[in-house]
Amino acid sequence: MSILKIQNLKKYFATQKAVDDISFEIKKGTIFGLLGPNGAGKTTLIRMLTGIFYPDEGQILFDGKKFDPINDVVHIGYMPEERGLYKKMKIGEQALYLAQLKGLNKTLALAQIKEWFVKFEMQSWWNKKVEDLSKGMSQKLQFVTTVLHQPKLIILDEPFSGLDPVNSNLIKDEIYKLAEKGCTIIFSTHRMEQVEEICDQIILVNKGKKILDGTVKQIKNDFKENLFRIGFDSMPMLNGTAPFEIINTKEFSYIVKIKDQYKPNDVLNYFLKDGVQINSFQEILPSLNEIFIKLVEGTPMTRQFQPAN
Amino acid sequence: MNKIFIIIKREYFTRVKNKTFLLSTFLLPIVFLLFIVGSTFLAIKSQTKEYIAVVNDSGFFKENLKSDSSSVIFDFAADVNSSNYIEKGYSGLLQINSDTAAKRYVIESPKSLSVGTMDYIKGQMNSAIENNMLQQLNINKNLLDSISKASENAIELSNELKTGEKANAQLAYGVGFGSGILIYITMFIFGAMVMRGVMEEKISRIAEVMVSSVKPFQLMMGKIIGIAAVGLTQLLLWILLIFVLLTSMELFLPAEAVEQFKQIQETQQQFGVANNTMALELLQAKASFISEVNWLVIISCFLFYFLGGYLFYASLFAAVGSVINEDPQEAQALMLPITMPIIFAFIILAPSIDNPESSLAFWGSIIPFTSPIVMMGRIANGVPEAVPYWQLFLSMSLLVGGFIFTTWFAGKIYRTGILLYGKKASWKEMIKWIRRS
Repeated sequence: MSILKIQNLKKYFATQKAVDDISFEIKKGTIFGLLGPNGAGKTTLIRMLTGIFYPDEGQILFDGKKFDPINDVVHIGYMPEERGLYKKMKIGEQALYLAQLKGLNKTLALAQIKEWFVKFEMQSWWNKKVEDLSKGMSQKLQFVTTVLHQPKLIILDEPFSGLDPVNSNLIKDEIYKLAEKGCTIIFSTHRMEQVEEICDQIILVNKGKKILDGTVKQIKNDFKENLFRIGFDSMPMLNGTAPFEIINTKEFSYIVKIKDQYKPNDVLNYFLKDGVQINSFQEILPSLNEIFIKLVEGTPMTRQFQPAN
Repeated sequence: MNKIFIIIKREYFTRVKNKTFLLSTFLLPIVFLLFIVGSTFLAIKSQTKEYIAVVNDSGFFKENLKSDSSSVIFDFAADVNSSNYIEKGYSGLLQINSDTAAKRYVIESPKSLSVGTMDYIKGQMNSAIENNMLQQLNINKNLLDSISKASENAIELSNELKTGEKANAQLAYGVGFGSGILIYITMFIFGAMVMRGVMEEKISRIAEVMVSSVKPFQLMMGKIIGIAAVGLTQLLLWILLIFVLLTSMELFLPAEAVEQFKQIQETQQQFGVANNTMALELLQAKASFISEVNWLVIISCFLFYFLGGYLFYASLFAAVGSVINEDPQEAQALMLPITMPIIFAFIILAPSIDNPESSLAFWGSIIPFTSPIVMMGRIANGVPEAVPYWQLFLSMSLLVGGFIFTTWFAGKIYRTGILLYGKKASWKEMIKWIRRS
């Protein structure tokens, strides 16, 4: 069952095609990574998912029904990259205000806020003003206000920027817990190591188009180049036709690319028949970072403005 | 609807609970009161009794010069002359010379007598001389009085004014100008408040969080209505406090001062002397407040034009707030087209009150860009005497239509501007935003 189904979504601005025919689907309870370089159209895409923008073409199905921004926004929690809070407002009042705007009644909202404040050890902050908080503290508050109304879909844009490792982990754990409870999380970021760690499924967007879609494992497999690292006790002599090419030589190890029609076993056999001592043999999968760079490289870093029609 | 209400509540309470709001609401009427009491007190204290000796009187001055126990006392002692009047305790000497070549009437005084004292003496002498001349020509004073009174009545009738409703021009001017200025000032104060609120939301980057919960239009209207409620609260508190303070003012004034005020009023009625101290004017205005001006009409029109004018401009201020980034100089340039008509309205306010029938006053009070300020100036002259009902109705409905239009128009700019970071929007782009949506 998919919580969100996007079909041929388009949004053109006067100067550029911000989102150009993107389709994808997100399963309930998964953590979904939305990746892309700056200006790829991620924010525009997210703004359509949160009802801030209306798409020019295409449709969004939310929880099986056509997305109705006015009624469905209460089921969505959005933490934008450009985040902010009312600086002069007290923290407790602020959380209450934002929760009420999401349709929670006062008693329920207060109970929820208390629960989260206890979880994040923020109880003593209630009467402080936002301007007195550090960046990390206000980030935590922002996260709380995003998930307070128990949304079905949570959209987090760069949620870890500005957080120290301890608080990062705190929020990461909460994200996992929310996903276990059945929340779906869309996670937009540039930090690939976090995506590899957290996300079940990712799409990569560039210049308004989707250029990659799949699970992290599957994508890595798709982009593997049959590279292996072989470690030795002493560097062996190479003779005869080898079933591989040597890409890189390091101290007591080769990085090899297996030729077509050959399997890893052929490589091992090649060394073993000469009695070479092998102490490690490991496939090198590309990191998402490398895939990302490979796919995006060559296209200009910042998008050139192009007429929409 | 519910969401707008939540926004209104926040906008209202964060401002009303603010210390500056409380301070300005309660301090201003007190400052106002202190000003009135203080200046009245000073005006009365500065009035001293003057003893004027009159010499060489042939007789009729003695009968006709009336002393005023609080300011001027005439004395007709025989043995006073210009060399000894100071020693005898007089502050002035009025000499009447019989030879026609020299000046006939001379007042001597070691100090310069106040304008009020001089006016009083001149007034008394004029009426004395007039009476004397009338007697010499055998004209009956009572008969003359009744003639002039009859002619005055005839003039009043030709103006179609009932005697009881005779417009007090000075009071109308004061009320019209005062309420015009008040609307002018409040429009700027609360308009700027809206703009700053929008800027705060944009700069602190909360706008995007907000518009993922509510529609931008709801956010804008919530802010505008919330601040309107703040403005109304403040104005009503001011009106209430000022009324309470004015009606209880006798308690703050010494009894002697009230007594003197009454006398001054009487002399004014006798001679039509314009009194130029503001405090006395206000005291006098207070005395005729309830009787001579239709306060219900004025206050309800004032509240209507305050609200209408505010709503007309507030959404434009909101739109400006939404397109600026941190740079205050951008705000200056973008605000200019909004502030110009408001300032223009203020400029034509005074000529419109002076001449409420002129075409400048008419158009100024009909066109919604200037009507909130200019119409208030005209209304004080009386409805429907100075402003016919159809003009009032036209002006009000155009203002309502006007603010619906500006809100619609500004809403489109606001919607795009609030989410636009880093880039300065040009006029051309803003027009595009309006056309596109």
